[in-house]
Amino acid sequence: VSEMLSAQGFGGPGKMKEYHYAGAVENRFSPYAFNGGTVLAVAGEDFAVVASDTRLSEGYSIHSRDSPKCYKLTDTTVIGCSGFHGDCLTLTKIIDARLKMYKHSNNKTMTSGAIAAMLSTILYSRRFFPYYVYNIIGGLDEEGKGAVYSFDPVGSYQRDTYKAGGSASAMLQPLLDNQIGFKNMEGVQHLPLTQEKAVQLVKDVFISAAERDVYTGDALRVCVITKDGINEQTIPLRKD
Amino acid sequence: MAVGQRKSCSYATGVALSNSRSLFHFYIPEACYLDESPIQFGQISTMQSSSGIPSQETLPIPSSLPESLPFTSSQVVPLPFPMAHGTTTLAFMFQGGVLAAADTRSSCSGLVACPASQKILPIHSHLVGTTSGTSADCALWKRILSRELRLYQLRYGRRLSTRGAAKLLSHMLHPFKGTELCVAATLCGWDGGDLFYVCSDGTRLEGSLFSVGSGSPYAYSILDQGVWWGLTVEEATSIAREAVYRATHRDAYSGNFVDVYHVTSKGWTRRTREDLKEDKSMKSHNL
Repeated sequence: VSEMLSAQGFGGPGKMKEYHYAGAVENRFSPYAFNGGTVLAVAGEDFAVVASDTRLSEGYSIHSRDSPKCYKLTDTTVIGCSGFHGDCLTLTKIIDARLKMYKHSNNKTMTSGAIAAMLSTILYSRRFFPYYVYNIIGGLDEEGKGAVYSFDPVGSYQRDTYKAGGSASAMLQPLLDNQIGFKNMEGVQHLPLTQEKAVQLVKDVFISAAERDVYTGDALRVCVITKDGINEQTIPLRKD
Repeated sequence: MAVGQRKSCSYATGVALSNSRSLFHFYIPEACYLDESPIQFGQISTMQSSSGIPSQETLPIPSSLPESLPFTSSQVVPLPFPMAHGTTTLAFMFQGGVLAAADTRSSCSGLVACPASQKILPIHSHLVGTTSGTSADCALWKRILSRELRLYQLRYGRRLSTRGAAKLLSHMLHPFKGTELCVAATLCGWDGGDLFYVCSDGTRLEGSLFSVGSGSPYAYSILDQGVWWGLTVEEATSIAREAVYRATHRDAYSGNFVDVYHVTSKGWTRRTREDLKEDKSMKSHNL
């Protein structure tokens, strides 16, 4: 019945439009769907943290409680993709293929900055039928410092210290601005972020997101990237 | 082994036969790029399998073709997300060169997607471009323009003038006229101090003062009262900052920081970013 939601049924990403009588309505097929999910990345002095929830939803249903949105690209880079799951899968396949091609032609692994620049062109090549994916890349740059690159669906990107993307991004970003960027606070000492504090902050932030955003929850997958490799942990969140 | 008649872009064959070209063989964009994605414009496709054949047969294979060709007048698939828009940028010429200033807020229909984005992008050491419109379009087309200018420099041994760069950008954007590409750039260069405004709807104007974006009316009012040829560099910088500040004060879609770039015959220099929130030197009688 009304489980099939076209693009006109959306009031925006992650929102449902109110139903009211509007006369004859044409429900066109939309190639896009919104599968929810939130992704977060934080860059530290010598580490980076990429975290995502693992809920895959569509409209009022939950398709899966164990669908993490972080994908490991290289030993020093992890990408988080949220939005439309079909495009996330295809995009990560394309990125993996391009990484292999680069490795075979240049005999070295792509650096995080190079992956970011390449992703920008991949996304823009579909400017007139975009990938509906909000990407955030977290990793270490050539000097070993943490780097986070955030993207919009058509390929505009820049390097940040922290960024939240996905359905709960508008709730999490101000919280990160305050806690990591020390913005909008007065008389506070700016302490550098340690790895333990960053991971704890990410967990707390996702618990808050799961409380307030219906599309975020079930479990949290955290990937911590250091020069020793990538360490993954899974923390349970609210399942309701 | 018949090397059949292949439809290939004159640009690509031009690359392969570069040693037989005279200096007066100019690059003319051809309609082949209408079938290609904007990234592949004029270049060899990255998806092409390299099987060791020398590049005589390089032709751009449209790999990831967009479903809707660039010359459809409306977006075939309605997008479920908003694009980043809204800005204040300005540029003007004066005796000390060209000054460009812009705010740094990148908004996405109500949400500030990025409070610290770069709207003035250097294209090369003597050319700077301000961007307005969709951030992705501006960023990528600036990259494409830098690539084309660099190729021009390598092929012809001289840098393309600002006027030429403006024309090149305008012609590159022309096939996408009518699509929802939104790029409004002012190119500020130093080869006689030129300032050009290029827009994705086809406008290309030469001038000495431009302001582009949702906050431009406010910026124009400040600039029109104070900009004249004989300004010193400090006066010009302060008037540019004031203009952006006033625009960010009134326009919801502009804000956060100001970027100021100054282009002279020695190249461009950038002033450090300032947070407008803490600008106490700006006179205002706010209640």
